[in-house]
Amino acid sequence: MRFKATLENYVFVLPAVLIFLIFYVIPFIWVFQLGLFDWDGILPTKTFVGLDNFKEIFFQDKIWWQSMLNAGWITFIALTLQNAVAFLLAMACNREIKLKHFYRLIFFIPPVLSEVVVGLVWQWILDGNYGLLNGWLVQLGLPNLVRNWLSDPNTALTTVAIVHSWKGFGWGFLIFLAGLQTIPREFYEAARVDGANAWDSFRKITIPLMVPVAVLVAILTVLGTMQAFVLITAMTGGGPAYHTQVPVLRILASMRGSSRFGYACAQGINFGLILMAISFIQYRFSRKARNT
Amino acid sequence: MRKFPVFYILFLLIFAGCSGANKGSKPSVTVWHWMTDRDPAFQELAKKYETDTGIKINFELYAPSDAYSQKVRAAAQGQNLPDIYGILGEKRDFSSFVKAGHVLELTPYMEESGAAWKNALFAKALAINEFREGNSYGVKPGIYGVPIDTMTIQMLYNKDLFRQLGLDPDSPPKTFQEFLDIGKKIKQANLQGLVSGWDETWIIDSLASNYAFNIMGEGKVMATIRGEVPYTDPDWIRVLAIFKEMQDSGVLANGLVTMINKTAEQLFANGRAVFAFNGSWCVNVYKGMNPDLNYGAMIPPSAGDKYPMTIWGGAGSSFMVNLRSKNMEEAVKFLRWLTDKDQQVYLAQSTNNLPANKESLSKLSPLLSQFAYVMEHTTHPSAWGISEFPQVIEAIDKGIQSIIIGEKSPEQVAQEVQRMKERESARKR
Repeated sequence: MRFKATLENYVFVLPAVLIFLIFYVIPFIWVFQLGLFDWDGILPTKTFVGLDNFKEIFFQDKIWWQSMLNAGWITFIALTLQNAVAFLLAMACNREIKLKHFYRLIFFIPPVLSEVVVGLVWQWILDGNYGLLNGWLVQLGLPNLVRNWLSDPNTALTTVAIVHSWKGFGWGFLIFLAGLQTIPREFYEAARVDGANAWDSFRKITIPLMVPVAVLVAILTVLGTMQAFVLITAMTGGGPAYHTQVPVLRILASMRGSSRFGYACAQGINFGLILMAISFIQYRFSRKARNT
Repeated sequence: MRKFPVFYILFLLIFAGCSGANKGSKPSVTVWHWMTDRDPAFQELAKKYETDTGIKINFELYAPSDAYSQKVRAAAQGQNLPDIYGILGEKRDFSSFVKAGHVLELTPYMEESGAAWKNALFAKALAINEFREGNSYGVKPGIYGVPIDTMTIQMLYNKDLFRQLGLDPDSPPKTFQEFLDIGKKIKQANLQGLVSGWDETWIIDSLASNYAFNIMGEGKVMATIRGEVPYTDPDWIRVLAIFKEMQDSGVLANGLVTMINKTAEQLFANGRAVFAFNGSWCVNVYKGMNPDLNYGAMIPPSAGDKYPMTIWGGAGSSFMVNLRSKNMEEAVKFLRWLTDKDQQVYLAQSTNNLPANKESLSKLSPLLSQFAYVMEHTTHPSAWGISEFPQVIEAIDKGIQSIIIGEKSPEQVAQEVQRMKERESARKR
């Protein structure tokens, strides 16, 4: 009877387990296996190359690591600028202000827009010849600042990073706002009774209680930003030269440009492991921060 | 009783599955393509073909081309390719499809009746679909695809802006120095010079290849690809220096290195840029954007005196027949009909693309004819029989972007390209 009950339980979870196996575990094993082969994605035969693809990534492919650094810079901007803006706006909307529901809606519009459309619109705004931004700079009496924002190697990556932050801050805003709304009002009232000012309340109540939320937002920001590529493709195509290349664009270049599916899989594994390591470090750091 | 509906559905499904196609009915042919602009014309032609022969042609559009390409590769893996399809990518990819047994060899059909079909098509367009004796891909020599249209990539110039700059609109620059001199005038007039989609590396590759043929000749270019001449050779440095000279003279538009072709097309169509570098498909695009645009086509001005300027061309869109198709014969017959003069004229007139059939040329618009009549000056990597490593091509194209933005010198780029060539050659060994 007990065996039957256990079997029944397993039958109930079987669909979920099967879906997990078919769509997550097997593809992951397959990708890892392909990373050990030289394969063009068309021929039925694959050549086993062992760890050669991984060796090439680590010791020869400088552009791969440059793309990783570029993604790191975009992520740094997102972690600081994007999340700071998201947090400040969430703080503002958490207060009793007029039209706060309207602002919530407005702030969430950029994330739901198509990345290609956003990229093309910003490309138009930032165009070096007929762009709106340069036009405004001239009107404001700042012609010295006029430049080709996306073609100048000194500004291309940071410009892309800022547009990416504009596009993505709405997610952080929503999560921060949800986190702020879970902090009981009584905490602030009790603090005020004890003589705490606004800064004290922020430092001693809001920040400690928001640490888990900030960690979640930071992990999601890192994972989302490191994998960004659609917006970058639409804005610069990874150029000028390799100045806005990011890892996903390099994986696509290996797969589609060079028809090296095995190498692309090895790059994907390398990238996935790096992202997992970063997330793990962030998690450990947050646990430590929470305990202290 | 409750089991009845399930049983009934199963019964219907089983018998529906067993029924199959009606015996005696004509087969239908399925074609997968990616050409959004040509789809209405294809559908019209399919209707006409069904009326004439009773055979239904299903044109299925999968766009954009990236998604189409992935679909075809996935279908090849699962052996689910349709009767007719196109292969996007380089000749190396095409050869893999042939070697994997996905493409029917069409040489016997092309050679029938005194090679009538073969002779009706542009030899350059056919060469793209052909693997010659001793090709480096290891493919059995033969013709494996049918060109349905063709193209050439040239420079365009705005005649009205030429007048504004005090230039003769009927006499575009013929030498590289004349071209550079116009750059100075463009700068003074505060106009944009050459626009093109140079954020896509293949367009840069096309112009670089034009000048490589012009400066060192085809033999030396091929020798470089075979690894017999290094990219640090003075002729290659000269090819790279061409781009620096263009940038320094002001003949290139600002922001060219991250410009997408659509933006380039808009700038040229709206009369903001004096020159464009674009394929013959642009005739249709410009017509849609600005029907009154007054422009002409020209071969890029020559920078060398030993060899003629050779432009990219011939490679348009091609269709292949699936070797595993049950409707192989019908598929071949349809492709033959599609490349006949009347259908080619219809396609050319309705889509403004260059036809693959030579006999259709007389019916073209004067502007499109300017692209068609330079076919003898064309070449294309897919017709070379050997191909450069994609990583080397990328290093050249990205290097040219670095030269244009003033980050690297032609010599530095040449060294980097050569290092990449040596790395890839070693990996291949």
